[in-house]
Amino acid sequence: MSQRIVIDPITRIEGHLRIEAEVDKNNVIKKAWASSTLFRGFEIILKGRTPFDVGLLVQRVCGVCTFAHYLCGTRTVEHAIGASVPLNAQYLRSMMLETLHMHDHLVHFYLLHGLDWIDVVSALKADPAKAAEVAMKYSDEPIAAGEGDLRAVQEKVRKFVESGKLGPFANAYWGNSTYRFTPEQNLIGLSHYFKALEIQRIIAEMMAIWGGKNPHPQSVVVGGVTCIRDVINPARLQEWVQKRAIALDFIERAYQADIIMAADAYGKEPSVLGGVNVRNFLTADQLLIGPDQHLFKSGVIRNGDLTLVEDIDPYLIEEDVTHAWYHATHPQQPFDGTTIPAHTPFIERETVYGVLPTVDQEGKYSWVKSPRYAGEPVEVGSLAAIAVNYARGVPEVVSTVDEFLARTGLPQEALFTTLGRTAARMLQTLIQARNGKRTFDALLQNIQTDTATYIPPTLDPNKVYKGYAMIEAPRGMLSHWIRIKNGRVENYQAVVPTTWNAGPRDGNRKVGPYEASLVGLKLEDPTKPLEILRVIHSFNPCMACSVHVMDYKGQSLSEFRIDPA
Amino acid sequence: MNKYAALYELGKARIQQLRQLPVRKEQSLQERLEEHGITRREFIKWSAVLTSALALPMPFSELMAEAAEVADRVPLIWLNLAECTGCTESLLRAYTPDISTLIFDHVSVEYYDAIMAASGWQAEENLENAMRDYHGQYLLVFEGAVPTANGGSFLTIGGKAHTGLEIVKTAAAGAGAIISVGTCASFGGVQAARPNPTGAQGIHTVIDRPVVNISGCPPSSTNITGTLMYFIMFGKLPALDLLNRPKWAYGARVHDNCERRGHFDAGEFVEMFGDNAAENGYCLYKRGCKGPYTYNNCPQIRFNSHTSWPVMAGHGCIGCSEPDFWDTMADFEQPLSNQPVRGVDVTADKIGTVVLGVAAVGIAAHAVASLFAGTYKGRDNQK
Repeated sequence: MSQRIVIDPITRIEGHLRIEAEVDKNNVIKKAWASSTLFRGFEIILKGRTPFDVGLLVQRVCGVCTFAHYLCGTRTVEHAIGASVPLNAQYLRSMMLETLHMHDHLVHFYLLHGLDWIDVVSALKADPAKAAEVAMKYSDEPIAAGEGDLRAVQEKVRKFVESGKLGPFANAYWGNSTYRFTPEQNLIGLSHYFKALEIQRIIAEMMAIWGGKNPHPQSVVVGGVTCIRDVINPARLQEWVQKRAIALDFIERAYQADIIMAADAYGKEPSVLGGVNVRNFLTADQLLIGPDQHLFKSGVIRNGDLTLVEDIDPYLIEEDVTHAWYHATHPQQPFDGTTIPAHTPFIERETVYGVLPTVDQEGKYSWVKSPRYAGEPVEVGSLAAIAVNYARGVPEVVSTVDEFLARTGLPQEALFTTLGRTAARMLQTLIQARNGKRTFDALLQNIQTDTATYIPPTLDPNKVYKGYAMIEAPRGMLSHWIRIKNGRVENYQAVVPTTWNAGPRDGNRKVGPYEASLVGLKLEDPTKPLEILRVIHSFNPCMACSVHVMDYKGQSLSEFRIDPA
Repeated sequence: MNKYAALYELGKARIQQLRQLPVRKEQSLQERLEEHGITRREFIKWSAVLTSALALPMPFSELMAEAAEVADRVPLIWLNLAECTGCTESLLRAYTPDISTLIFDHVSVEYYDAIMAASGWQAEENLENAMRDYHGQYLLVFEGAVPTANGGSFLTIGGKAHTGLEIVKTAAAGAGAIISVGTCASFGGVQAARPNPTGAQGIHTVIDRPVVNISGCPPSSTNITGTLMYFIMFGKLPALDLLNRPKWAYGARVHDNCERRGHFDAGEFVEMFGDNAAENGYCLYKRGCKGPYTYNNCPQIRFNSHTSWPVMAGHGCIGCSEPDFWDTMADFEQPLSNQPVRGVDVTADKIGTVVLGVAAVGIAAHAVASLFAGTYKGRDNQK
């Protein structure tokens, strides 16, 4: 007898996500469904606007991966109209993207994902003196993990818990047997949870140095950047260096150490040793360290074959909507897609919590489409970036990954698990943080002789343009696609990391990364599905990004009609 | 009677009232401040800064400090609707030392899906419990617009798949006060930009209760925490403008206090991003700056621990704290005067010349601003 589980809302993510799963009598998941339940219609709104406003508008797709869409949208327009961008502006954009990665990955691991690994209540039982010794196992110079630091954190949380008012920690899954840290390890993690809140503020300030503010910086324009005064100001340059050093320090001494600690504690926990059931990976270029030279390189891996990395053919990307709340007769390439949204109701069904509305699994059940590469589902994100660049033999990546595997004693195959996905995000962050200074140094050298930050673009209203851009956002490869006619946006499409990962089944019944990742997962208690949260959070869901549509006519949903592009 | 004296008495009474509510957390603010290495003196200093930001006389800083200490008695429910979570992110970046966030944390967070540990069924239980246990008392914050087209089906939340619209109405009914954080919750925001495919609207349009709008995309953390503090101090909402925005934050145009204002008056403009004028920090009006039409305190407060703000980074203001700015302020790299459909503006070349004189500039800009204000007032009256 199978049972249905419904988790809605999935909290500690950006946006609105519902997960449903069917478990057998042993509480093992047989099938799972991911449904995004918010629709905003960005591409409709973009139509008819000036291409120069696209970046600012698409940035509002997401305030968590703020800047990613801004940059991608701006570069899409630049690609379409053939605009050139000065080298200084390219470096600055890369530095801002690097900041976003550092910020986003830290906030994700501690604030969003951390409570799946760290049992807050267990930390109260820890001996702070012993915990300080334990911390030395995972870093030679632990941060915020001395006996005094840990005792203070423990006291703070103890008072909080004893008051009976747990605030954001209330009614969670404390004590679940798949929490594998010792009380001492939990206390270290908790201390870093609080410390990360401080550090992330500093990292956000780094972006504001060049962007004017964060979230939603405002200094990138088609043709370059506007922050010339900050670029030529030595005090600003120094401010960047100083804050960057603080970030790198925390990443080395806390983030890296905590992942090594997790590998130690969770290395034999079955619920985190599956979860990578789609073995195709895509990643884009990232971290500009010299003219036309990126540290992380783009590429495709298929069927888990690390011996063969192919270059990306953007024309092999298509989106299927068989089970998404849109009509279409066949999968479509982003330039030429048509979309006719069609919401269908939930279906009432018996669940572990009684009768509830549930997804119509035979029909349509999500606002997220299903992107495919050459017809196959693909995982994007840090794991893809690490896998592709490890397979390509990028020296900085190979050495950091090998060092991590040696330190933890994990086999290479362990990277392709929930634990590995979470570790890959740290490894990507660490490699960026260790090498990002090269971008800054290149900028510094270039501005000695060249302070150009902007080249005015030309847009001929009598010409028709089309273009695309692919960048590596924190959650993985992001691509935007545009057509321009009469000097205005004719069509716009974004194929977003969370769309790749969270999309529903396609017309060939091929299952995407989220849904596949849960199959075979055993739950301790189906009414308190911590194990599911841990797997889904390891992808770092960002639902606002993932939902979009291209065009419509008419007022009500059932009357939406799309012009063929 | 002096209006401030009356307000001060009101504040005193409110704090007395808060003190009598049951203690919700054992650790006092003082202890928490000490844990963060923040001295009493620094805290008082912060209170003074926030008091002056709220345009209150200095004796109020004492009241501000007192209110902060009892703040943990106010339960908070934070609901995310059609949004991008940028406003939450803005709040996370509150200043170092992290006093604003600390105080916000000291509010009893009952439901906040971006940070709470519980998910799904357990998360919904937390929400239902809080709405029942603190009926009539909780501070309700909305982030994001509410989609209203097709019966609200563009957004459902929770195991029972309630629409965002239903959730807004239920939660608002039992709230002590309601605050819309960000331009989406205030006025509909980006998803409400033409042609507004999902019928997205600001919260105040779908409920029959007063709502404070803290607009901005996103608003600064100071504007968010300052408004919360006012409610905690006085038990009522601060003085508001026509668009229900707190006057202390949105009482002046960006243009009024802009660091580049002198260049505007002198007729010195950036003609092209990255040119010599840009390098010299000249006025961005001709590159599309909407500071003259936008009410916000960005030039004084800035963002990210006072690091910068868009004009400082060389880009014009895009008017993000105004209703419908995605439509009314676009194209963002063009002054409104360059767009034939508008024509309410004179060109910068005329407006900015020294010959015209500063007074004339002020008058022209005011004329434009009042045109906009009139539009909004008219629309507000309709609803």
